[in-house]
Amino acid sequence: MPKGSVLVVGGGISGVQAALDLANSGFLVHLVERTTAIGGKMSQLDKTFPTNDCSACILSPKLVECGRHLNINLLTLSDLVSLEGEPGNFKAVVRQRPRYVDPTKCIACGLCAEKCPKKVTNDFNMGIGKRKAAYLSYPQAVPLKYALDPAHCIWINKPGRCGVCAKECPAGAINFDDTARDHVLEVGSVVLAPGFSRFNPTPLDFTGYGRLPNVVTTMEFERFLSPSGPCMGHLERPSDGKEPKKIAWLQCVGSRDINRAGHPYCSSICCMFALKQAVIAKEHSHGDFEPSIFYMDMRTHGKGFENYYTRAREEGVHFHRARVHSIIPSPDNQGNLKIRYVNEQGKVNFEEFDMVVLSTGLEPYRHTIELASMLGLELDADNFVRTDSFNPVATSRPGIYVCGAASEPKDIPQSVVEASAAAAEASRILAPVRWTETSKKVYPAEQNIYAQAPRIGVFVCHCGINIASVVDVAAVSAYAGTLPDVVFSQANLFTCSQDTINQMISIIKEQDLNRVVVASCSPRTHEPLFQETLRDAGLNKFLFEMANIRDQDSWVHQREPEKATTKAKDLVRMAVARVRGEGALPYNTVAVTKAALVIGGGVSGMTSALAFAEQGYPVTLIEQSDMLGGNGRKVFRNWKGVEFLPFINDLTARVASHPHITVKYNTEIKEASGSVGKFSTTFSDGRTFEHGVTVMAVGGEPYKPEGQWRFLHGVNPNVHTLLELDKKFIDDDPTLKNIKQAVFIHCVGSRIAERPYCSRVCCTHAIDSAVKLKEMNPDMDVFMLYRDVRTYGQRERIYQEARAKGVVFIRYDLERLPQVSEKEGRLIIKCHDPIIDAHVVIQPDMLVLATAIQPRRQSSTSLAKFFKCAIDSQGFLMEAHMKLRPVDFATEGVFLAGLCHYPKSMEESIAQAKAAAARASIILAHDAVPAESVTAVVTAAKCTGCGLCTEVCAYNAVSLDDNGISVVNTSMCKGCGACVAGCRSDAVTLKNIGNEQIMATVDAAFE
Amino acid sequence: MTSKTNETSQTNWEPKIIAFLCNWCSYAGADLAGVSRFQYPPNIRIVRVPCSGRVSENMILSALKSGADGILVSGCHPGDCHYISGNYFARRRFALLGNLLDFIGIEPGRVNFSWVSAAEGEQFAEVVRTVTEKVKELGPATRLVKKIEAMQAA
Repeated sequence: MPKGSVLVVGGGISGVQAALDLANSGFLVHLVERTTAIGGKMSQLDKTFPTNDCSACILSPKLVECGRHLNINLLTLSDLVSLEGEPGNFKAVVRQRPRYVDPTKCIACGLCAEKCPKKVTNDFNMGIGKRKAAYLSYPQAVPLKYALDPAHCIWINKPGRCGVCAKECPAGAINFDDTARDHVLEVGSVVLAPGFSRFNPTPLDFTGYGRLPNVVTTMEFERFLSPSGPCMGHLERPSDGKEPKKIAWLQCVGSRDINRAGHPYCSSICCMFALKQAVIAKEHSHGDFEPSIFYMDMRTHGKGFENYYTRAREEGVHFHRARVHSIIPSPDNQGNLKIRYVNEQGKVNFEEFDMVVLSTGLEPYRHTIELASMLGLELDADNFVRTDSFNPVATSRPGIYVCGAASEPKDIPQSVVEASAAAAEASRILAPVRWTETSKKVYPAEQNIYAQAPRIGVFVCHCGINIASVVDVAAVSAYAGTLPDVVFSQANLFTCSQDTINQMISIIKEQDLNRVVVASCSPRTHEPLFQETLRDAGLNKFLFEMANIRDQDSWVHQREPEKATTKAKDLVRMAVARVRGEGALPYNTVAVTKAALVIGGGVSGMTSALAFAEQGYPVTLIEQSDMLGGNGRKVFRNWKGVEFLPFINDLTARVASHPHITVKYNTEIKEASGSVGKFSTTFSDGRTFEHGVTVMAVGGEPYKPEGQWRFLHGVNPNVHTLLELDKKFIDDDPTLKNIKQAVFIHCVGSRIAERPYCSRVCCTHAIDSAVKLKEMNPDMDVFMLYRDVRTYGQRERIYQEARAKGVVFIRYDLERLPQVSEKEGRLIIKCHDPIIDAHVVIQPDMLVLATAIQPRRQSSTSLAKFFKCAIDSQGFLMEAHMKLRPVDFATEGVFLAGLCHYPKSMEESIAQAKAAAARASIILAHDAVPAESVTAVVTAAKCTGCGLCTEVCAYNAVSLDDNGISVVNTSMCKGCGACVAGCRSDAVTLKNIGNEQIMATVDAAFE
Repeated sequence: MTSKTNETSQTNWEPKIIAFLCNWCSYAGADLAGVSRFQYPPNIRIVRVPCSGRVSENMILSALKSGADGILVSGCHPGDCHYISGNYFARRRFALLGNLLDFIGIEPGRVNFSWVSAAEGEQFAEVVRTVTEKVKELGPATRLVKKIEAMQAA
């Protein structure tokens, strides 16, 4: 029998996500973190692109959930030191270093740090400012337990010399005799999420880093921006504390640099990172602010990124396509910096800045390389953990999986996708032993508040500076205290952090609160966390309201602080009025139908279907054509030179023959009803399928070149799209060898007003095709007409290879599109080369268009309606949260994968498809899921039996009984309230959203 | 109407507008406006309801009685309702209510209806700007307010 537990190494966002997915689907997780707290790099960020969400705010709920999870054994200050065994039965030894503070006793009062005499460089703040030798790495740390720094603590180094912390600690938690402990853990699978390190720019002397105080790295700058950072979110430069007015960002420091850094790859995230910092710094600054970005190619290839880039340009961020020669101090020695750079035309320029930020690249940690060698894992040429093209989270050793930036530089959404995919892989062979090592959460008994007068507590959040920089939080909190029935009010820096949550539990008990209001962000993201807190405190979770004073107040009235404060007070008053009328509701559940529906038979859909089937769940896979394989069949190979067709044929065969998978060809959906745990879908053949979860993988399609982007496609026989060229490669077309000259045009239909997004894969695809042509005929002249080369991550290698093979790259921009004409059947291409500033005419034998990828708007739209999912303005399906919920829909029980979400490579589609299956398996692993508690109720005495409610109910949940009186079937009611609004006699109401309550809320807006 | 507008513009009067937003589309759209930092006038007070179909005529009249100068009800686009058809009932209900409001002298433009999806942050901000502008033009709502004299004295 395999073991029902999993070891996760690394407590950054990837490790945390993998741990949560595994723990929530029935496995015991040992989460091993090297430092004193989980959170990783994401906890050090101020904001995250492209939504500008406050990083702490979106991360904190996950960390808190992890820290409080009954089935996650959190081992901080720990390292994996050995691993024996095989998939299903590993024996791991984890060495936990001493914390010197007993976590069971520490109450996180902070006295030890306050009294500690030893000041130490603050590594969480990237070395800016000081902390003490007794410390908490950051205010929202999970676990919220102090630690002593053994390298600097006076007592630990010279026993008997200090010991102030032990004297001061009111809980007696300091233990100088603490020692290292080895934990021997028997686990079924291992997931590695060790994260990444940042390139140290000190050796690059031309940057002045380390010598010139006003040259900093992006990570350091992030701490300057952060409200919990060394400057409390005020933009100040290191040398003199002056607010910088002109800042330059230098891209590719330690990336795409074979010469000095030895890092040939692109770090993938730095372009967006710099864009975000430029935009946020502009928000922070008072008055004039001039951000400039020096770059080679602007790589904004992710969902929502291109729009962000456009917005940054519109907001006045300057862009210089140039590599900087040197940074020198300004002659007046006042701290300013002079940048010397060469522009695209080869002219030397100087420009002076107040501060320079280096976009330092990502690299693997040294200890990750050691860990990989201990585990016997293969690394790639850049020392990242090697993975498989068709199993992007599998390492070279079976049973060990990897996610996040340890396998290639990548952004947070992609890391989260991989984390869930790794969870899917880790649990695949462990499916039979789910729930064998887990324990079940028991909540304290709920107090009966029925006869109690309301005692309301109000918690007002600063949200760092997100709210507090606009709204006067102290005034709002004080005002809340004066409202009727409010017996307690308090302001917090981050209400969602673990310490505040724990504090909230004790306050609810101490103050005997029976209703709670949190004035902070949106209930759509944070209500579940706070409701859980109420349950932990012995209150029914429905005795809760939120006042949205961030998303709907401070963020949208940034220039009107007084009015925003008045509005915040109004919103708090309204929430208090609303919560006053709330009562305890039952926790309803619905039994889960343990089967999955997967829509779309491409690589994503097939991968998801297999992931379900291998865990033993029956799957129906529907495909609208008569063949499985989708777009994948049309593409020749990936940039690593691995051909797709053998893989797809193998995958198709496995899917078609799997006993748990029913494939329905030529099938569409006619009708769908139900919700999470219990869907019922009718197909075009009239059959109905009952399933607990749905995965949408309906794919995308190539843009058909038209208008100014047509470039004689369909007119001249020598003009092809990339996929048409791939067909020739697949068919091994012998005529390709005879081509003497080929031209590729990039971005055909992408990054324009009608399609304002980057199609992500076409640069790599086009360049690899050029390389393939060069392989066939090294004498062929190949020209690439591009806008920015976006070979992100390790794909940069194929770009280097192409240039080494002599492929010529000529940049064009929208103002000067290449002109394509023909004369007697011969193609003539005219373009402008910005480097030599001259017109170029090419007469190639072949023109290849790298066309955009677009969603299948029609199928996406109709499916979105069936399953109530959101769709964005381009027709791509919209995930629940761009950063942290990249495979979920806001509608529970429905998930997405592949091109219907956004253009992506096949390995990214595979990862997302596995992730979708992992997320859906959390539901299938349970026998029942929570159902609607907010349901309609009828007051029989008022009902006249008119039956209007039965007509407006879309779920057939209301009917007339034998006496002609309306009754609600609670298990079918979704709580929309249509019957309530429709009732002529005020006989129906919605629990906790009754007419009186809404009207009281509205009334409260005018007091 | 014009005289009223002049009157109010002199006293820096700011209208208060109640917005009933459905949880799934318009409330999410309002959040997205925040996330995207689209700025709009601070006159609205949002009330989250499960569905625009939850909003009854009674609630609108009651809000006007409480002193709202304007009302916005916003739901999912036609066909996108999270509860299948609630927004259609809402639309029909407000078409009928419009006649009643007209009859009792509530000016067109005070009670507004819109569709805003979860992806339409800018549209949401734009709707709020337009509605606020319209209500400002109309001046304070006095027709149904109970404590009308007290309000005028203030």
